[in-house]
Amino acid sequence: MASVSVCQYRPGGFSFENCKRNALLEADINKLGFSSPAARKTGTTICGVVYKDGVVLGADTRATEGMVVADKNCSKIHYISPNIYCCGAGTAADTEMTTQIISSNLELHSLSTGRLPRVTTANRMLKQMLFRYQGYIGAALVLGGVDCNGPHLYSIYPHGSTDKLPYVTMGSGSLAAMAVFEDRYRPNMEEEEAKRLVRDAIAAGIFNDLGSGSNIDLCVITKGNVDYLRPHDMANKKGVRTGSYRYKHGTTGVLTKAVTPLNLEVVEESVQTMDTS
Amino acid sequence: MHFTVVFSGLSGVCDRLRQARVRTPAAGSFSNVVSVKMATVLQFPASVSTFNNYNDLYPDWTQREVSTGTTIMAVEFEGGVVIGADSRTTTGAYIANRVTDKLTPIHERIFCCRSGSAADTQAIADAVTYQLGFHSIELDEAPLVQTAASLFREMCYRYREELMAGIIVAGWDPRRGGQVYTVPVGGMMTRQPVSVGGSGSSYIYGYVDSNYRAGMSKEECLKFTAEALTLAMERDGSSGGVVRLAVISEQGVERQVILGNQLPKFSTV
Repeated sequence: MASVSVCQYRPGGFSFENCKRNALLEADINKLGFSSPAARKTGTTICGVVYKDGVVLGADTRATEGMVVADKNCSKIHYISPNIYCCGAGTAADTEMTTQIISSNLELHSLSTGRLPRVTTANRMLKQMLFRYQGYIGAALVLGGVDCNGPHLYSIYPHGSTDKLPYVTMGSGSLAAMAVFEDRYRPNMEEEEAKRLVRDAIAAGIFNDLGSGSNIDLCVITKGNVDYLRPHDMANKKGVRTGSYRYKHGTTGVLTKAVTPLNLEVVEESVQTMDTS
Repeated sequence: MHFTVVFSGLSGVCDRLRQARVRTPAAGSFSNVVSVKMATVLQFPASVSTFNNYNDLYPDWTQREVSTGTTIMAVEFEGGVVIGADSRTTTGAYIANRVTDKLTPIHERIFCCRSGSAADTQAIADAVTYQLGFHSIELDEAPLVQTAASLFREMCYRYREELMAGIIVAGWDPRRGGQVYTVPVGGMMTRQPVSVGGSGSSYIYGYVDSNYRAGMSKEECLKFTAEALTLAMERDGSSGGVVRLAVISEQGVERQVILGNQLPKFSTV
């Protein structure tokens, strides 16, 4: 075998440069009584199912920062290539950047081969990158698409392990969604049935998991066509108030009125034109 | 050479980790610490996550590393080998995949049975598949099972601190026939006529030691493996699902699956 020098310093991998500084800052902030902001996670329910003609991916749209909803309508189904899409759970920044990096590399690869990219290629690229970072990139993904070998669906864990399955769920609401799948999944479903199944699985996650909520996004991928349905179902529409709390003019009687004019003197006036060309 | 591309992925991260272990403070920021000695004997689950100590929003199993809890087994017979595994992959207490295929082809007539961390074993198996394929093309002949086992040993020993992988390499080659090599956690390599591994193996050492006879036929080996795996799956929480079997011989590879309701039945289970 090729002899590899382990002693040689190899750049790459996670940079731990700022960990000590961050720990000191955190201690300082805690002393003052405040807490440092938590990384925004997509609490999330994401899932995917393989049906007769292709793949249906589904996701909720809630992004949380600790116990507060940071984004009520974020998009968790990311574009990888024209025939491949990826749902992301875990740290929002990690899923966003990881999918963008692999999407970019896959496009270059596709131009180099002259072919439509395969789902297994995207899977390899993602798992090798996540393994390289030993789980520090908190991205749990559901990757689905249709290529020359048919429809494929993968689940990818933050440490870099992957599973190729006919139906997968990920995220904090994955148990609720998996319960729906285990009950109603059949091989070779029709498109409407598959969409209904995914919608119900995400709904189970939304209504039974605190980390998931808001709307249901679907992405239906078939050979040669992608339907990105955002939103597919607004499961949590904001209610309409039955009454109005506005008071009519004149409700509060005015007892006295005192007007104090503020005399302002113009000292200097200058005009800066903005270049709007 | 081509191999450096493959090695640098692992060595780069491992060197960084070696340096990082000195510098990273105790207050972790992301996910769990990787190095847990989940040996084939200890039953304690993977390390506690330090990200959110207690938070209803992110239950325990979303932060645990995925592990193939597992029972794996391989038996040599005259003319080939029989290998078998359960099909459960867990993250903490949740079963992430109940139909996992832990019998991974490395070459046409060489397979490996994976136990330990799913990510580590998948990455190692991919790397060894590449290296063995290259080596086989260079030689222009079928590779030896011992070569495959050596490649596994090389990787598992060199990166023993960073990896958690217990692997059984089994296959058939024209020179020495059916062979089983075990490469447990730590990176030892030894040839054995019968080998078991994974968290469920502890429960069946007695059964295997008392029921194995040299010179069994292929059918006897299949029955022996299926029964041993069934007993382990019954007692070990991290093993379960279906039993996957494969027979590797000069003729090729025959795979079969024994579903839950078709498993052999014992009086107490």
